Amino acid sequence: MSFLTPESGWADMSDTLSWAAIFGLMAKQFWPVWVALVVTFVLSFRFKRRLGLYGKLFDSPVAIIGFAIVMFWVFTALFANMIMTFDPLAQLGSVKNPLPGALVPEGAEGQHKWFLLGGDHLARDVFSRMVMGARQVLIIAPAATTFAFLVGITLGLPAGYIGGRLDTALSFLANLVLAFPVILLFYLLVTPEIRSTGIPVVLAAVLFLIPIAFFAILFQSRFHTSPNKRNLYVAITLVLGLWAYSGLAFNADPLGVWGMDPNLLNVFVSVVFVNAPTVFRIVRGIVMDIKSRDYVAAGQTRGETAWYIMLWEILPNARGPLIVDYCLRIGYTTILLGTLGFFGLGVTPESPDWGSTINAGRKLLSMVPHPAVVPALALMSLVLGLNLLADGLREESLKD
Amino acid sequence: MLAFVIRRLGVMLVTALVLTFVVFFLTNLPPNLEKLARSEGSVRMTDAAVASWLEDHGHSGSVFYRYAEWLGAAPGWVITDEKGVTRGKCIGQRDDPAMAPKFCGVFQGNWGVSTVFKKTVLYSLGKSMAATGWLMLAVMLVMVPVALVIGVLAGMREGSRTDRVLSTFSITTSATPEYVSGVILVALLASPATGLSPLLAEWGWIAKKTLFMGTATSAMDNITFWNFGLPVATIALYGVGYIARMTRASMTEVMTQQYIRTARLKGVGFGQVVLRHALRNAMIAPFTVIMLQFPYLLNGVVIVETLFNYKGFGWMLVTAAGNNDIEMLLGASVVAVIFVLVTQLISDIGYVFLNPRIRLG
Repeated sequence: MSFLTPESGWADMSDTLSWAAIFGLMAKQFWPVWVALVVTFVLSFRFKRRLGLYGKLFDSPVAIIGFAIVMFWVFTALFANMIMTFDPLAQLGSVKNPLPGALVPEGAEGQHKWFLLGGDHLARDVFSRMVMGARQVLIIAPAATTFAFLVGITLGLPAGYIGGRLDTALSFLANLVLAFPVILLFYLLVTPEIRSTGIPVVLAAVLFLIPIAFFAILFQSRFHTSPNKRNLYVAITLVLGLWAYSGLAFNADPLGVWGMDPNLLNVFVSVVFVNAPTVFRIVRGIVMDIKSRDYVAAGQTRGETAWYIMLWEILPNARGPLIVDYCLRIGYTTILLGTLGFFGLGVTPESPDWGSTINAGRKLLSMVPHPAVVPALALMSLVLGLNLLADGLREESLKD
Repeated sequence: MLAFVIRRLGVMLVTALVLTFVVFFLTNLPPNLEKLARSEGSVRMTDAAVASWLEDHGHSGSVFYRYAEWLGAAPGWVITDEKGVTRGKCIGQRDDPAMAPKFCGVFQGNWGVSTVFKKTVLYSLGKSMAATGWLMLAVMLVMVPVALVIGVLAGMREGSRTDRVLSTFSITTSATPEYVSGVILVALLASPATGLSPLLAEWGWIAKKTLFMGTATSAMDNITFWNFGLPVATIALYGVGYIARMTRASMTEVMTQQYIRTARLKGVGFGQVVLRHALRNAMIAPFTVIMLQFPYLLNGVVIVETLFNYKGFGWMLVTAAGNNDIEMLLGASVVAVIFVLVTQLISDIGYVFLNPRIRLG
C-alpha cells in the first residue's frame, strides 16, 4: 500500500485525488478495522464448533456477510479516534462544500492533506464525521434496543403467562402506543419545551426502573432457596442498578460516572417508548404458545413459583425468535434515530450522527450531494448488515 | 361477526379518545401555551401578562375541562371583560353573544383556526389531505403490485437463483429508509451535477438540466411523471421490501402443502398450479401486512413531503409542529390517529373474511 501514501509522489501530482486514490487512502485509514475483522473471523472459524449459536452463524453465507458488515461498523466505532483524519467539528478553511479529494488548506490539524470524501457546508471533513457518527449511532441504538427488550420482556412474560385482566390492561396500553403514528409521537415528545415540564425524566424514571426489577426478580426467583447467594446477587443488582439509575434518569450520580445529556435522555426515552410495545406483543405471543408445553406443566407440578417458570423455563426457550428480532430492531432503531436527526429533533446541530448530517446536507442536495450521500450510505449499510445477520440467524436457529 | 365488529369499534372509540387526550395534553403543556401567548400577543410580555392573556383566551383551568371544551362535550368558555365586551370560544368577531351556540368543538365541526396558515383547521386539513391522497394512491399503485410480483416469483421456487436475487433486493430496500433512498435518488436522477442527468444532457437526450425534478412543489397543481416519480419511488421502495418478504414467506409455505403436490402429480402445469392453486391462499398474510403498512406509509409521507417540499399532510404536520400551531397539530393528530385505527380495524375484519379457518365466538 505504500504507493498510496501521500509522501510517495504520484498522488501529489495534482491538487485533487482521483476516485481510485480516495478509495485506496480510505482503505488504508481503516487499517485497525481490517486487523480486528481478520482476528475476529480467524478465531471464530477456528473455534466455531464450541461457540453455540454464535458459531453456527459461520455456516450461513448470508449471516457471514451480515456479521462482517455489522462488525465493520462496530470496530469503526471502537477505533474512531485512530481512523478519522480530522476533528469532526473543526472547520477547515473557508471554501464551502469542497469536493471529495480536494486539498485541505494549509495549517489544518489532521492526519491528511485531503478531504477524502469532501467537506460539508461549514468545510468540516465528511469522512471524519461519518466515522465519528458511527460511534454515536452504535452506542445509542443497541442501548435503546436493549432497554426496550428488557421492558417488553418484563411486561410481556406475565401478560402472556398469567393472562386475564393484567393481560387485557397491558395489551390495551401497548396498542395505545402502537396506534400513535411514530413521527407524531416524536414531534410531541422530543421538543425543547417538554424538557422543562419534566415529562421525559418521569418517563425515564419509570422505564429505567423496569430493567433493575427484571434482574432482581431473575435472581430472586432462581436462588430464593439459598438465601446467601440470593442476597449477594440481588444486592449487587440493586447497588449497580440504582447507581446507574440515579445517573441516567436524574443526572444525579454521586460519583459522576453515569450521566446523560438531557437532549439525549429525551431521544433515548422516546425510542425505548416506541419500541417496547412491539417487543411486548412478540414476547406475549411466544409465551402463550410455550406455556402449554410439558416442561412448563412439570415446573408447575414441582411447585415452582410463577416468576421462576417465566424467567428460567419459558424465556430461555423463547430466545431464538427474540435474538432474531433483537438484530432487526437495532436496525429499526438506527432508522428511527436517523429520522429524529433528519427532522432536527433532539440532537445538537453540530452532532456528527448520521441522521442530522443527512438533514444538514439535504439543503444543497441537488448541487453538492456528497455531504448527505456519505452518511446515507453508511446508515443503509449498517441496517442492511443487521437485516442480513437476522436473516442468517433465523435460518440457522430453524435448523435445530 | 357483527358482535366482533361492534366490540372492535367500541375499543377503537376508547383508544381514539385516550390518544386525542394525550395529544391535547402534550400540545397544551404550559411551555407551549406560553410560547403561543408570546407569539400571538407580544414577545416582551411579562409572566403576569402571559398568565392573564392565557386566561383571557380560555387557556387556563383544568386540562380535562379544556379537552372537553375542545371536543365539544362541555360548553365553550365565555368571558366578559371590564369594558362589557363578551368574547368566547363559540362567539365569532361579529356575532351577537346572545345568539352564539353553547357548545362548539370537534363534534360540532369547529376544529379551530390555524395560527400559521391563517385559515380554519378543517380547510387546511382538507386541502393537504387531498394532496397527500394523490401521493398515497400513486404509492399504493406502484408498491403493492411490484411487491406481490416479487414475493410470488421469489417464493414459488424457494432457494432458486431468482429467489436469491429477489430476496437480496427486498432485504436491501427494507434497509433503506426514505430519507436515505430519497437522498440517493435525487443525487442519481435529479442533480445537474452528479448522476445520470449530466450524462443525458450531454448526449442531448433530455432538454432540461435534470431528468427528474428534485422538488414536487409543482405537483400540487399538475402531477406529471417527472415531478412525482421520485417522491413516489422513495416511499414505495421502503415498503416494497417488507411486503415482498412477507409474500415470499407465505408463498413458500403454501408451496409445500399437500394439495400443491397433488395438483402437480395430477399433471397440472407449474404456472397453472401457482396461479390457480397457490396464489389465493398465499395472499391472506400479505393483505394484513399491506393494511398494517399504512401507518408506516404515514411516516414515509412526512419524510418525503419534507424532502421534496410537497405541501401535503406530512409537510403541514411538520410546519404546525415547528411553529407551535396547537389547533392545527391537534387536528392533524386526530386525523392520523383515526387513520391508523381504521386501517387496523379493516385489517382485522379483512383477515377474518379471507381466512375461513378463523371463527369468532
